[in-house]
Amino acid sequence: MQPLVISRYCAANSLGAGSDALFSALREAQSGLKRCDFETAAVDTYVGAVPGIDDVRLRPDLRDYDCRNNRLAQLCLEQDGFAEGIAGARDRYGAGRIGFFLGTSTSGLHTTELAYRHRDPDTGALPAGYHYAETQNSYSVAEFVRRYLGLSGSGFVVSSACSSSAKVFGSAARMIAAGVCDAAVVGGADSLCLMTLYGFHSLGLTSREPCRPFGADRDGISIGEGAGFALVERADRARPGAVLLLGIGESSDAYHMSTPHPEGLGAKRAMREALDSAGLEASDIDYINLHGTATKSNDASEDKAVFEVFGPQTPCSSTKGATGHLLGAAGITEAIVSVLAIEHGLMPGSVHTRSVDPALKSNYLLENRDAKVRRVLSNSFGFGGSNCSLILGTAR
Amino acid sequence: MRVFVEGVGLLGPGLSGWPAARSVLAGEEAFRFAPTIIVASDLLPPAERRRTPASVKLALAVGQEAFRSSGRDAAATATVFTSSSGEAETLHQMCETLASAEREVSPTRFHNSVHNAAAGYWSIATQSREASTSLCAFDASFGAGLIEAVTQIVFRRSPVALMAYDPPYPEPIHSARPLLASFGVALVLAHERGVKAFAAFELTFPTGGEKSTRMSDSALEELRLGTPAARGLPLLEAIARNKEADVVLDLPAGKPLRVKVSPC
Repeated sequence: MQPLVISRYCAANSLGAGSDALFSALREAQSGLKRCDFETAAVDTYVGAVPGIDDVRLRPDLRDYDCRNNRLAQLCLEQDGFAEGIAGARDRYGAGRIGFFLGTSTSGLHTTELAYRHRDPDTGALPAGYHYAETQNSYSVAEFVRRYLGLSGSGFVVSSACSSSAKVFGSAARMIAAGVCDAAVVGGADSLCLMTLYGFHSLGLTSREPCRPFGADRDGISIGEGAGFALVERADRARPGAVLLLGIGESSDAYHMSTPHPEGLGAKRAMREALDSAGLEASDIDYINLHGTATKSNDASEDKAVFEVFGPQTPCSSTKGATGHLLGAAGITEAIVSVLAIEHGLMPGSVHTRSVDPALKSNYLLENRDAKVRRVLSNSFGFGGSNCSLILGTAR
Repeated sequence: MRVFVEGVGLLGPGLSGWPAARSVLAGEEAFRFAPTIIVASDLLPPAERRRTPASVKLALAVGQEAFRSSGRDAAATATVFTSSSGEAETLHQMCETLASAEREVSPTRFHNSVHNAAAGYWSIATQSREASTSLCAFDASFGAGLIEAVTQIVFRRSPVALMAYDPPYPEPIHSARPLLASFGVALVLAHERGVKAFAAFELTFPTGGEKSTRMSDSALEELRLGTPAARGLPLLEAIARNKEADVVLDLPAGKPLRVKVSPC
């Protein structure tokens, strides 16, 4: 594929607001996971909650979009000079030439959960002032971001569970290649809600402790919330040293709705397709940011796939012990972690993992490692067997 | 951007399958609104079939019909699923459970609640490991799905199946988001003109404020406006009439998409 330059990015999650907060937490091996006290949830688990969401006030003209997910999106858009950067891009390209491709899994679902608790006792109706389109509908975050940034190009939401905000890079790359737009805002937001807490718990997939990816004693995920956005443009005018999207691979497991293929068939296919689309060999990758959710089956299957494609050498780790599993925002957040790894020469270790499961064969990093990082592969896999691998790196 | 249509599947109110719908859209038969009959696809084994929610049944049924007429191998074809509602019934059931004191969430219901549930079941049923994406763009979901499918075809030079589907919500969400009927349509699209191709789409992006194409029949126009997946009806009408036509569809952000439909 024709590489795209990642010319702006911003992040917000339990490690803090802004990519500096994200990087310094990774550098210091800190974790944003705390015992779950989200709303009325009685689930014995840890979560990565974003402090201060309740205090975010949406821009007055976008008041109808008020929900936890869009508050998180706005908090993120206010970081890293992102909105100002997009204003500059709007001047260069025109608002109608900038696309918006955003991922979310649960959108503003928590608003509907609350509305169901306040139904009219006689009619069963939802309370007045419930804004379905602006909060619950999966497209809500894209329309909110589009309006917030003043864009009028083509766009939509990708909602493929935990691969959502990785797959948006593919849509943006194809739309730019086809001339549908000249640049695009990609990324996404996913926020805490009762459905994911109780839902993952019902599947026996939440840990009672902070999650331990690839750990010998791993026993489930820690759910987190977060948002991340990036501006991607054609790479021909990228400054030297800029980080590019070099390749992308997408595949399906064809196996099970909530369990990954035990041999990692879909994962292997996504990673190989990403390498092919970047014109790279496995040995060209310096570090792999794993999906690494810390469930028994995910990590075992991903390890098999990574080992088969990359062998025993390539350093890899999951940063979900630091952030929690950001579901629909995992792809963009870990793409930004990959950009930071390249820019700062840091391969992040695995917070909370005490010892690596001896049954897993990949070169898993427990501790941070300072090293030159030119190219990173980042994995995101979701329910329904939806897999996506991104390759980010500096120009050769 | 030019693509070729090799297969169509359709289920809607009083529109039971593409041959019946084609007669109505060609003006040979009158449109009579009747509840959508979703014939469960036999793609999944009976045990799985029972567990699949309504929107998944709808998407699988139209997808299967489109592939049957195209002769393409579903296992070797990438897919784009697009829906405004996703799994409407499951969302309602989950929210009811979470509003109850016990909050006893069913694990199956939870994994069925994801917007890409239909894509997941499709991949399992057809054993397709090809790329698949699941989109939402509220009322413009059909147009969004079409540009994603067509740009994939142009980019990868390989076929893509587009499945657009929307079930109405049960109450109380129905009152906040009323959809007229269950509607699903599938198109198998390819980059080259194969022997099965019967129409071509040429996509352009007009810069003027062009209005979306309306259906001449008022009941069909009501259906087009009342269900996001049915926003593709003018495109299907052009195919059914087997004549060259310019159709304007809605994209998100109020943008128009012009599709020149030519028989072949």
